[in-house]
Amino acid sequence: MSKGTIRALLMADKQADRVVPPSGFTAQLTLFVSGAMAFLAVFALALSLASGRLADRWASELAQAATLRINAPADQVAAQTQAALSILKQTPGVAEARALSREEQAALLAPWLGPDVPLDTLPVPQLIEIVGGEPAYDAQGLRLRLVAEVPGAVLDDHRRWREPLVDAANSLRRLALVSILLIGGATAAMITLAANAALAANAQVIEVLRLVGARDRYIAGAFVRRFTLRALIGSAVGVVLGMGGVLLLPEASDEGGFLTGLGFRGAGWLLPLLIPVLGAVVAFAATWNAARRRLKELA
Amino acid sequence: MIELENVGYSYGGGELLDDISVELSPGSFHFLTGPSGSGKTTLLKLCYGALLATSGQVRAFGEDMRRLDRDQMALFRRRIGVVHQDCRFLDHLPLAENIALPLTVSGHDLEGEQENLRELMAWVGLSKRAEALPPELSGGERQRAALARAVIMSPDVVVADEPTGNVDWEMSQRLLQLLVELNRMGKTVLIATHDLSLIRAAKSQVQARVLRISNKRLQLAGADL
Repeated sequence: MSKGTIRALLMADKQADRVVPPSGFTAQLTLFVSGAMAFLAVFALALSLASGRLADRWASELAQAATLRINAPADQVAAQTQAALSILKQTPGVAEARALSREEQAALLAPWLGPDVPLDTLPVPQLIEIVGGEPAYDAQGLRLRLVAEVPGAVLDDHRRWREPLVDAANSLRRLALVSILLIGGATAAMITLAANAALAANAQVIEVLRLVGARDRYIAGAFVRRFTLRALIGSAVGVVLGMGGVLLLPEASDEGGFLTGLGFRGAGWLLPLLIPVLGAVVAFAATWNAARRRLKELA
Repeated sequence: MIELENVGYSYGGGELLDDISVELSPGSFHFLTGPSGSGKTTLLKLCYGALLATSGQVRAFGEDMRRLDRDQMALFRRRIGVVHQDCRFLDHLPLAENIALPLTVSGHDLEGEQENLRELMAWVGLSKRAEALPPELSGGERQRAALARAVIMSPDVVVADEPTGNVDWEMSQRLLQLLVELNRMGKTVLIATHDLSLIRAAKSQVQARVLRISNKRLQLAGADL
């Protein structure tokens, strides 16, 4: 199909639009379906963008941070901490290493043991916070060195619980993308059904038009214009409502964890605006194909 | 204009027409007659491309009908005016727009054609019914409207299938008059009818040839009509 054909099909032609009788109820159904689908697409898109962001954030934040835990008899803790810190300072790729103070460790344990636990009397291991730099440090090499020089040290680079989280976020993103594709396919299917119904209901009109010398393009155009316009208007309304819904979602917060922050960010707000355009393209292709198939069946 | 050469047509079951050769030359006036079910409508459909011959060749304006694609067929139909037996219209559009439909679908500027449309509607006596919807028309009015629609593009050939089928004698005389006038303007006319008195009435006004379908074949009927 050439560009000229597409333009000719879409160009408003009042006369051509009059030759197909108006169809009140089907028109409203098409509007409703494309609106509903666009509404769902907005949420799928928001989910996909948010889970993508989440996966990236978890991957990078957790990759940067690591913890060194020193389990040693009480009298050796201070010495081993010093030894570990000096090793870390020499390790390339470690931007910062800092032993947590007693108060900080107490704050970390408070949610689990309550605020009044006398930490002094408990054998609490010393924690050292490591912030990675560029390029990343060699975790395996660091472990080997620590085993030799600081026997009580255990390096935890969070990989164990980082990977499943990132995996989960990535699968969530994949699911959202598949949903968007399914929504597009379902829209195409439903518009094809509606177009087929309209073409069947107007079989006599089409026959008369063919007999007086109308070309297929003229007849198909009358239907294609209608359905494209309906899909465009319907999905525009759906997108506006969907974006309103996303706007009402709670802001990202620490308390809410990963369930918040599901909305769009910055330029991401422009992305849903593509949905009505895509909806119209889908409707155009679906109606054009349905009309061409139908017309070929008629003499 | 339209030539049939050894044309045959068979439906799934059996043969309806066989070995038909006829040429409609420019300006000629033909009647096509024969008993019901003998294939008059089928033969007309072969002439205007609604059906394709199963054997032989139909040429229209020098082109093999079988070679026309769908767009070329549409363009061909603009050069041939057809009055169908059941004269279908677009029931949601007023009569004037229905008559102008061939102009509309071929992309003519309707504003420029208003005068022609008015004249044509006066010629078929439907000026007062311009705003009526097709279902409100009587049988005779429908036939005249179909004739007006068939000739609005000023076609070279006019084909009419039982144009007087469901109208009274007076009205059929009027329709015949219109067709004879078209023929005098140089149009080739082909009318299918089983009404022999109509043919007799025409013979006094125009040099008409009568083709009769009998036993799947086409014969030039004698002067005994």
